[in-house]
Amino acid sequence: MEARIGLRNTKSGIFKGIIIFFAFLITLPLIIILLYIIKQGAGQVNWHFLTHVPAPVGEIGGGIANALLGSFIMVLIASVIAIPVGMLAGIYLSENPKTKLAYYSGLCVDILQGVPSIVVGIVVYFWIVKPLGTFSALSGSVALAIMMLPIVIRSTEQTLKLLPDSLKEAALSLGVPYHRVILKVIIPCGFAGILSGIMLSIARIIGETAPLLFTAFGNPYLSISVTKPMESLPHLIFTYATSPYDDWHNLAWGASFILLMFVLVLNIVTKVITRKWKVQL
Amino acid sequence: MSILLVLIILGVLATLIVESMPSIKSLGIGFLWGKVWDPVSNIYGAYPFLVGTLLTSFIALIISIPFSYAIAIYLGEYNPKGWLSDLLKNTVELIAAVPSIIYGFWGLFVLVPLVRTFEMKIHVAPYGIGVFTSSLILAVMIIPYAASLGITLIRMVPSPLKEGAYALGATRFEVIRSVIMPYTRSGLFAGVLLSLGRALGETMAVTMLIGNTSAVADSIKNAIFGPGNTMASVIANEFTEADHTQYLSALIELGLVLFFVTVIINLIGKRIITRFTND
Repeated sequence: MEARIGLRNTKSGIFKGIIIFFAFLITLPLIIILLYIIKQGAGQVNWHFLTHVPAPVGEIGGGIANALLGSFIMVLIASVIAIPVGMLAGIYLSENPKTKLAYYSGLCVDILQGVPSIVVGIVVYFWIVKPLGTFSALSGSVALAIMMLPIVIRSTEQTLKLLPDSLKEAALSLGVPYHRVILKVIIPCGFAGILSGIMLSIARIIGETAPLLFTAFGNPYLSISVTKPMESLPHLIFTYATSPYDDWHNLAWGASFILLMFVLVLNIVTKVITRKWKVQL
Repeated sequence: MSILLVLIILGVLATLIVESMPSIKSLGIGFLWGKVWDPVSNIYGAYPFLVGTLLTSFIALIISIPFSYAIAIYLGEYNPKGWLSDLLKNTVELIAAVPSIIYGFWGLFVLVPLVRTFEMKIHVAPYGIGVFTSSLILAVMIIPYAASLGITLIRMVPSPLKEGAYALGATRFEVIRSVIMPYTRSGLFAGVLLSLGRALGETMAVTMLIGNTSAVADSIKNAIFGPGNTMASVIANEFTEADHTQYLSALIELGLVLFFVTVIINLIGKRIITRFTND
C-alpha cells in the first residue's frame, strides 16, 4: 500500500510538471515575436519616419505618414458609426432581455462575432465600393465598424446588467423620465465598463487587414478624402512585407512596431481601467 | 438599433447569396468537390480550398489543445490567484490581441526559414511556406480562445465535489482526471469549437504563409508540408483580380460556405456554453 501511494503521488507530481511546462511554454512565442519586432522595428522609427510618405524603390528614407493618418481617420469614422449604434443596442439588450427582438438581435451579435473578417470585406465591397465605383476610405470604415459592433454591444450589455436595479428604481421614484434615467444614471454608472469595451474594440480593428483589402484598398500618397482609396497601417505592412525589397521590409518592420505597441498599450490600459473600477468583462 | 443588427446579418446573407447566384446556378452542388480551380479556362472547384482550410485548422487545433488545456488547468486549479497567475493570464490574453498581420509578417521572416531547415532534416521538399507553417502560427493564435474559457469553467467546478474526492484519498492528478475533467468536458469542447471557428476564418497570417497554390497535392506528405490555399486566403488573393462575373461569384460562393461553416460552429459553441453556465 505504501508503494502504491508513492507511485500515485509521483504520477500526480509528474502531471503537475507537464501542466506547468505547457502553460508557460506558450508565453515563449509572444516574447520572441515582441523582441523580434522591437529589434527590427524600433530602430526605424524617428521623426522623418512618422512624417513622410513611403519612398519609391531605390530611394533612401520614406515613412508611413499616409498609413498613420489613414488608420486614424478610418478608425475615427468607424468609431463614430459603431459606438452610438453599439451602445444603444447594448442598452436595449440589457433593459429588455426577455423580448423576442432581444433574443434575435442577441443571436445576431453572436453570429456577427463569428463572421470571418474577409467575408465582411466582400459584403461591404458590394454595399459601398461597387455602387460608388471606387475603393474608398468610407467603405473601409464601414467594414471596420461592423467588426467593432459586437464587442461594443456585448461590453455595454454586460456592464449594465451588473448594475443594481435599485439605482434605476431610485431615480424613477424621484419622477425622473425614463430617457433621463438612462442618460444620467445608467450610462455614467457603467461608464468604465463601456469605455474599456470601446478601447478593446479599437485595439481589435486597428490591426484588421482582411476587411480593408477590398474596401479602403491602399494608397501610396497622403490622402484625406474619404471617397478615395486610403492607406492603413496593417495594409501597408501587408503590401510591403510581401514585396521583394529590403528597404520596404524595413518600412514594414517599423510600421509593425508602431502598430504592435499601440495595440499592446491600449490592451494594458484597458486592463488597468477594468481592475481599478472593478469592472467584469 | 437592435433591429439594425438583425438587418445587418440578413443583409450580409442576402448579399452573399445574390452575388454568388451565377456560380451556384451554373456549377450547382458539384462546386464543392470539383478538384480543379482554373479561372483562365473558367473551371471552378472548391475542393482544394476545403481541404486546405480543414487541414490547416485541424493541425492547428491538435497542436493548440495541449497548451490551452494546460493553461486552463494550471490557472483554473493549481494557481487560480496571485501575481504569477494574473501575469500569465494577461499574457495569454495579449496573444489574442496581436494583429494577425504581425503574426504573418513574423512567420514569413522567422518561422519560414526554421521550418525549411526542419523540412530538410526530415527529407521533404523544403518550401518553408505551406500548410504546416500556417498551422503552427494558427495554433499560437487560437490558444487564448479555448484557454480563457477553460479557466473560467474549471474555476466553476463546485468545491464540495473536489473536497469529496480528496477526502477519499485521491491525489491532485486523480481529482483533475476523474472530477474536474468529466465535469467541464462539454464546456472545454465548446472552447475548442470557438478556437476552430477562429482558425477557419483566419485570413491574413495564413495568406502570407500558405504559399497560395490551388493545385491538389499528390501525396499526404506534400499536402501537409507543401504549399496550399484556404478559402479565406484564396478570396484575399484573387478577389481584386477576378475579372469576370463567373470568377467573382465563384469566390463569393466560397465566402458564403465559409460564412455558414463558421457561424454554425460558433453558434453550437455558444449554445453549449450557455447551457453549461445555466446548470
